[in-house]
Order: sequence, then structure tokens, then C-alpha cells
Amino acid sequence: MSSLLFATPKELTGWLAGLASGHRVLAPRQEGPSVVFRPRTAEELASADIDALLRRATASPKQAMLPQCETLVTFKSVKDAEDPSKLTTTLEAPIEAEPTVLFGGRPCDARGFVVLDRPYLEGKFKDPYYGARREATTIVTQACPSAFYSCFCNWVGGTPSDREGSDILFTAVEGGFVLEVVTEKGQALVEGAGFADASDKAAEVEAAHAAAAASLNPAPELSHVMEKVASRFTDTAFWDKETVKCLSCGACTYLCPTCQCFTITDEGSQLDGRRLRSWDSCMTPLFTMETSGHNPRPSKADRMRNRVSHKFSFYPERYNGFFSCVGCGRCVVSCPVSLDIRHMVQAAVEGATIEIKDEAPAKAPAAVAEAPEAKVREAAPEVKVPAEAAAPEPAVEAAPAEPAEAAAPAAAEKAAPAPKAQKSAPKTAPKSSTRSKAKKR
Amino acid sequence: MSEHDCGCSKNPYLPEVATVLEVITESPTIKSFRVRFDNEEAWNSFTFQPGQVGQLSVFGVGESTFVINTPPSCKDYIQFSVMRAGEVTTAIHKLQPGDKVGVRAPLGNYFPYEQWKGKNIVFVGGGIGMAPIRTIMLHVMEHASEYGRLSLLYGARSPEDMAYKADLPGWLESDVLHTTLTIDREAPNWPHRVGMIPNVLKELAPSPDNTIAVLCGPPIMIKFTLAAFREMGFKDENIITTLERRMKCGIGICGRCNLGGKYVCLDGPVFSQAQLNELPPEM
Repeated sequence: MSSLLFATPKELTGWLAGLASGHRVLAPRQEGPSVVFRPRTAEELASADIDALLRRATASPKQAMLPQCETLVTFKSVKDAEDPSKLTTTLEAPIEAEPTVLFGGRPCDARGFVVLDRPYLEGKFKDPYYGARREATTIVTQACPSAFYSCFCNWVGGTPSDREGSDILFTAVEGGFVLEVVTEKGQALVEGAGFADASDKAAEVEAAHAAAAASLNPAPELSHVMEKVASRFTDTAFWDKETVKCLSCGACTYLCPTCQCFTITDEGSQLDGRRLRSWDSCMTPLFTMETSGHNPRPSKADRMRNRVSHKFSFYPERYNGFFSCVGCGRCVVSCPVSLDIRHMVQAAVEGATIEIKDEAPAKAPAAVAEAPEAKVREAAPEVKVPAEAAAPEPAVEAAPAEPAEAAAPAAAEKAAPAPKAQKSAPKTAPKSSTRSKAKKR
Repeated sequence: MSEHDCGCSKNPYLPEVATVLEVITESPTIKSFRVRFDNEEAWNSFTFQPGQVGQLSVFGVGESTFVINTPPSCKDYIQFSVMRAGEVTTAIHKLQPGDKVGVRAPLGNYFPYEQWKGKNIVFVGGGIGMAPIRTIMLHVMEHASEYGRLSLLYGARSPEDMAYKADLPGWLESDVLHTTLTIDREAPNWPHRVGMIPNVLKELAPSPDNTIAVLCGPPIMIKFTLAAFREMGFKDENIITTLERRMKCGIGICGRCNLGGKYVCLDGPVFSQAQLNELPPEM
């Protein structure tokens, strides 16, 4: 299904330098205390220190597809020579998409684009600006060597070596990197690169993936998170308490790889102007403020409730149980008052008093129903340790169910990150097909 | 809802350039604008359903969302009624015939009139809320034989606040529509009712049997009119209303107008009260 290639650090940077002619190559760059994805030149890449190139970015690579600010439409009006009161107005929509390689993001970053694809590309209306960039971009993702303290991809269906959303996934091994080509787009990018075959390194790659997964903190039991978070909507005391420290600065939303919100504003004049799209944040009071002065979300607690509920309840409700969170932890790290979405979600779930009608515990193994779609990977037994530690009950129940329900190797892979159960917990079987559809993209 | 060609495959952010054909001053704060796309091909292929909205823009100022309040049968223009309130609506109010605007339409869902065939319909409009009522009411009146008894209760603060004055005589004399007009307080030479909409509605006492209630207006009017309908025995699934929220994209992406997992711009603006009961109380 996928081919494995080996590259030394020099070969990898040389390859990137080569790609920089003909592509915009975005890679992490240290800028003061921040690490951000920036276009890099062939010279920079050729001489780059590989470790510097592989730093964990403090800002998500969202702007590869969604620039912080972009022109949607330009307008120009010309006055009629005979009758200056008459105008002829011409509009143009500059949809730009230069061939791009997004290098060095993490699996959570790549999954972030899958989350954005659903509202931007899979609804009744397609966003052509996002779509053009998405199409023109090849995503070369770095499997995480180990978990950071704020990482929680395992809560939301990801793993430190998840392939979802990536075209190539590379893993550090002794002496270099193993590149796993995941998609045809990825294949096109390594065509002619001259990398050696690395099928013999599969075990080493698996071991690295397993070690990274084991370094994650175990995920809590979060079944029915969608319903439970929704059930806290009217519990204003809860949201007030959780939001006391919030400054409404919006850092969490701007750094988030899955936050999709934007505003549209005009600048210039009718004679010569443009309509812009800029990132916006649901954490600011003006976001929903109406002209009349009425605001459906006047308090910061209302806004936090919307943000957390959107990620763990509204979005899943709209999109087959998928979360609008990939567990990258940037909002946790960068919050100036140390608010932690993990804590909020967990507290919301634990304090929920709703009755889940359909047999809750038996539902956990529903993850197994999804197993066939899991991209096949050889089992990594040791990965199961954190899984079982995290959620002993579901994991134990899941184990015997697996072989019956799914192709064994896939199931074994799937069982590793216990919290994948979260992914399917809110819904049952029908979701599987949707998920496989989403994964094929 | 039913399939139709809405041009979804086009760039949904790119407006059609349209020309203002006529400006009607409806009240001290409300004007209606009749516009038509400049591109003949786009205009000829343009269709919409009653209740759908459009993003009307003044280039260089911005866009705002308004319901198209003409019925789909009107092929000469589409009409938006705009209450002056903020930056964009103030700029719109300055428009003159011949001026250029941008229109992105149709957006959103529409009144489920296919399900109302054979039923009585009570329309209740309050203030600028008469705009969405106008489109569906005119549409239904054109096909009156397919429905039962049609009635309208339209209320405004004062006679001068009442919009669509040009339509009122026709509605009052119509054979297919039973019209009641009301204002909040006594005014000289006002021959119609005086009183708040919910109170007048209770006096009219429409029967809930086989009847759909369609109400649009300011939140406070909705609140009490809804209570009045429920008191009279109307079921929530037969009470239809439209919602308003701050909107930008109009296509369910920019994240502003959600009510729980629903976007008012995409899944609305038309909802039954039964549907609203299922959504988080965040009005």
C-alpha cells in the first residue's frame, strides 16, 4: 500500500532544496520565542540544520491553506465618459494557489486540514480559495519522536504517527529518516529523488511509533463526550467558573489548526477596492454582536462554551462524530492565563448528569467497527500499555471483540490508541462508512 | 429540501453586480430596493425559493444579509427591504436608482410551503419582520386555490412605521387574503385595529385545526405571539418563524451564526418552533 524510502539528513534537506525551485516550501523557522511555518529558499534549505527544521511549531500551519488575510474579490468602477453618474463595475476573484510543500508539521497538524476540509470543501458550498491551495499543497509530515506535555492527540482519535491528512509521513531512525509515501501526491514528490528503499526498516519505524505513542499521557474515559458537553449548555455556573481567568485574547483560536472562523471586510472605495477575508475569533465579543446591540454571546463564558462545544459537540453533531480538535495542545501552551481545554472537556464530561440511553459501556468497543478503515500497520503490542492504563474497561472489552468484527491486523493497530474509542463513541456503526470516505480524500 | 439550481458550484464569495432600479421609502427607517443583475445570463438563470436570503453589498463598505421579499414569480427584479441601523445599511440607504450593488443569492433554506398544501395559513408580521412574510405570502396567494384560508395580521408601532403601504390596499381588498392591520397606540385617522400583535391575535382567535402559523418580527413580539399561538392550541411543528444572526459568509463556514450545530445562514433562516426546541437556548 505504501512504499518506504530512506533519506539521510543531508539527502532530505537536499531534496527539499530541490523542491524549492517550482514549489513554495513551507517549513518551521525559529523567530524569537516562536516557531512558525515560513516559505524557505533553496539556499536556506540546502544548508539547514535538520534539527532546526524539525522543531515543533508554536503556530499551526493553517495559513498554508488559509492565509491570515487574503483578497476574496477586487472591485473597480469606471465612470461613463458621457454620463459620469453611470458606473461600470468589474469584479475579479484572484484565486491563487502556487504549488506548495508543507514540510515538518506533525500528524495533528495534518489532521487539522481534514477537520477544515469538512466545512470548507464538503458542504453544499465549496470554498474555492481554500480548495485551490489544498489541491496545490503536498503535506510532508514528521512522525512525533515523543509527546510534549500538552499533547493529547490520543484523546481525539489521533496518534503521534497518524497518517490522516498527510501525503508523506517520515520517521526519524538511526542515521536518517524513513519516508512513508501515503498518497499519490506524495509519490509524485519523491519521484526521481533517488532515495533508497527502506522496506527493511519497517520494524525500526514501528518501534519509533510505538515509543512515541507510549510517551503520551493516557487519555481519560471520554465516551459520549458529544452528548455530555451538549448537556452542560445550560449550566452557566459551570462555564462561568471555567472561564473566570479568560482574557478573551483569542490566542487559542488563532493558534488552533482547526479553528475555521473568519470575517469579511471591504477596504478602499467602490471605484477601486477589495473585499478581504481575515481570521476571526469566536472569543471576542464583537464576533456575534449585532447592529442593534443585541449579542447572543455577550459574556466570555458564553463564548468559551461555544468554542468548547463547537469542538466537542456541535462539530461532531454536524460531521458524524468527528471532533474539531486534533489535540495539538497549542491552546494549552499559549494561553496567557493557563486555561486548559483538556480540563474543561473532562470536567464537562465528568460533571454531566444526563442519562445515555443506549447501553453506554457496550458502546466503547464501537471503535472496533471502525477498525477496517485504519490504515494497516503491523501491530505494536507495547503501544497497548498506555491504552489499557487509560481506559481499562473499554480496552479490555474491545480486545475480544476485535477479531470478530474486523480484519485482525487493522484491529490490532486500531486498538493501540485507546481513545480512538472516543472517535466513535458518540455514534455507532453507520459512521464507519463516512469515516472511510473522509479518509480517502 | 428540494433540489434546485442554486449555482453552488460557482465561487460563493463572488457577488453578481446588480443595478438599483427603484428605491421605495417605506417608513422613516425602512427603504426597499429593487435590483437586477447586470449580467443577463446570470439574471435569466437566477431562481430562488420564498424565504431565501441574499447578501447585499455596497462595494467598499460591506455586505449584509436580507431576505428577498419579492415572490419567485417576479422576474423583473428582486427586492430587499432594509432598515437603517449600522454602517452597511446606512450606505445602502444612500443608494439611488442606477447605482451598483453586489448580490450573493440565494442563500439559506426556505419556507416549506410544499407541506402546507390544503392547509390554512395565518401570517403574522411585526415591523420589518413583514419582509420575509411578504415573499411567502405573495407566493402562496398566487397559488391560493392549493391552500385553505389565508390570513394576515400585520402590526407596526405607528401608521408611518408600517412598510409596504403600496401593497396594503390590495391586501385589504383581496379575495384570497383576510388582512388585519394593527398599530401599538391610537393614531389619528387610523381605521384599523389598535393593540399589540399577540392581543389582537387572541381576539382574532384563528383555529389551530389544519392551520400553519408563520410569524416573523422582533424577538419580544415573537416571544408573546408564540405564547399566544400555543395558548390557542397550535402545535410547535406548525409554528414557523425565521431567525436573524450576525452573518458574514452566508454559506456555513465563517462560524458566526451557529445555534448549536446549526448555521442560521445555511440550515435556516426558516425553522419550525419544534426544530428550535431541539437547539441550545442561545438567542
